[in-house]
Amino acid sequence: MAEITYKDAAHVCEDGETVLDALLRANADIPYSCKKGTCLSCMVQMTEGDVPQDAQKNIRPSLAQQGYFLACMCRPSGPLTIAQADDAVIYGRAIVTGIDKMTPDVCRVWLRPSTPLYYRAGQFVNIRRDDGIVRSYSLASVPRLDRELEIHVKRMPRGEMSNWFFDQVTPGDGLDLQGPNGDCFYVPGTPDQNLLLIGTGTGLAPLLGVVRDALDAGHTGNIHLYHGSREATGIYLADEVRALADTHDNFHFAPCVSGSAAAGPFRAGRADEAAFADHPDLKGWSVFICGYPAMVNAARKTAFMAGATLPNIHADPFDFRDLRHEARDEVEDKPDLW
Amino acid sequence: MTDTLYDRLGGEAAVEAAVDIFYRKVLSDPSISDFFDTTDMDEQRNKQKAFLTMAFGGPNEYIGKDLREAHAPLVEKGLNDSHFDAVAGHLDATLRELGVADELIGEVLAIAGGTRDDVLNR
Ligand code: HEM
Ligand code: FES
Repeated sequence: MAEITYKDAAHVCEDGETVLDALLRANADIPYSCKKGTCLSCMVQMTEGDVPQDAQKNIRPSLAQQGYFLACMCRPSGPLTIAQADDAVIYGRAIVTGIDKMTPDVCRVWLRPSTPLYYRAGQFVNIRRDDGIVRSYSLASVPRLDRELEIHVKRMPRGEMSNWFFDQVTPGDGLDLQGPNGDCFYVPGTPDQNLLLIGTGTGLAPLLGVVRDALDAGHTGNIHLYHGSREATGIYLADEVRALADTHDNFHFAPCVSGSAAAGPFRAGRADEAAFADHPDLKGWSVFICGYPAMVNAARKTAFMAGATLPNIHADPFDFRDLRHEARDEVEDKPDLW
Repeated sequence: MTDTLYDRLGGEAAVEAAVDIFYRKVLSDPSISDFFDTTDMDEQRNKQKAFLTMAFGGPNEYIGKDLREAHAPLVEKGLNDSHFDAVAGHLDATLRELGVADELIGEVLAIAGGTRDDVLNR
């Protein structure tokens, strides 16, 4: 048992309990989402006491040095005094510079951060609207190739953020941006490794970033991208991706449609099934999987059983809880992301 | 002073080399895979590493009581000697696949075997 003080109120953290769980139990106001150390939304600052190393693993060294840690990864061994994270350290401003409604349901949005963001294609950022709502979006842009950040937004029936992007945001609008986060990105150094990328919906965004990054880095191994959707209308940007495949012999693109009758240029069936049928042996491969959580989990396992090692399987880390715990009970059919 | 078994096996690098091979074997063995099937593969992988580190005689925080507690829910679900033997068999096969010398494998299996009563909560 450890005593924790957060925003001047004392709470008890039971043995084995995380600081986040203890604070949520006490109804304290603390943002969170993934509860497993990936989204960084529960970052807080320790002002007195000691935090275990695990709680600082995914945090930039400069922030770790100032005592920042992840409440969801911290099981304290002694008393702790914690302050709310200094907002300016975590969030910066960004301006929307363009919106392209590619289909009735998917748009891409370009953003320019007020201070340069050092990121890798495929990582994700947290975007916060002025009323406090936060969502995570993966980056399709490549720092070397694109001046602006690019995210893909899928309109969700009751998605607060996605409908806002579709119906209200215009170029010049501002928002808060945190990131980059996550380790779903291309790692240079093994140019002849084969890459398998499987994505559904706007899970295409990070994968496209990874593909363009790899091609630009001179990757020589085969790169296979499978993009899946239930309906043909969900396959967006196909012409651009095909153009990329036409100009690079080692890049192969397979758009897959799983619902109704697959038409014309699309493969019938699910993207993950097509990918694993084409590539049953993934020993030595690097695999990237992004999209619907159920697909991601199943595909991770299939890729692993097909011989890819877990460190070589990069999956989108999102869990889709609302980032503000006050809003937890709000009904939203599906997360904004997909 | 002679090196510990853990050092002779190659320490953390050996655990890292073994863990995916071992985990894959366990998941593809229908007699035990249900115990290990989870959506959180990263966490499960860390537990497999804890298991291997321990079996390799490496630094670990586990004592018999912890092993009892960790496996008690599994014993309730029917964990028994045959499952234990299956896991030991996959450990053996993993080390052979990695080309580990016979006498080192013998030492690893002896450590693992020594935990049988704790793991099975007897
Ligand atoms: C051969 C001797 C064994 C040793 C030394 C051993 C050791 C361990 C260790 C150190 C952990 C991690 C505990 C934790 O961090 O929570 C663990 C967890 C686990 N073990 Fe074993 N184990 C053995 C045999 C087995 C067998 C025979 C099975 C089932 C067929 C099994 C199934 C599991 C499972 C499913 C977990 C994860 C439990 C959880 O998710 O909390 N183990 N084991
Ligand atoms: S990192 Fe703590 S909730 Fe996501």
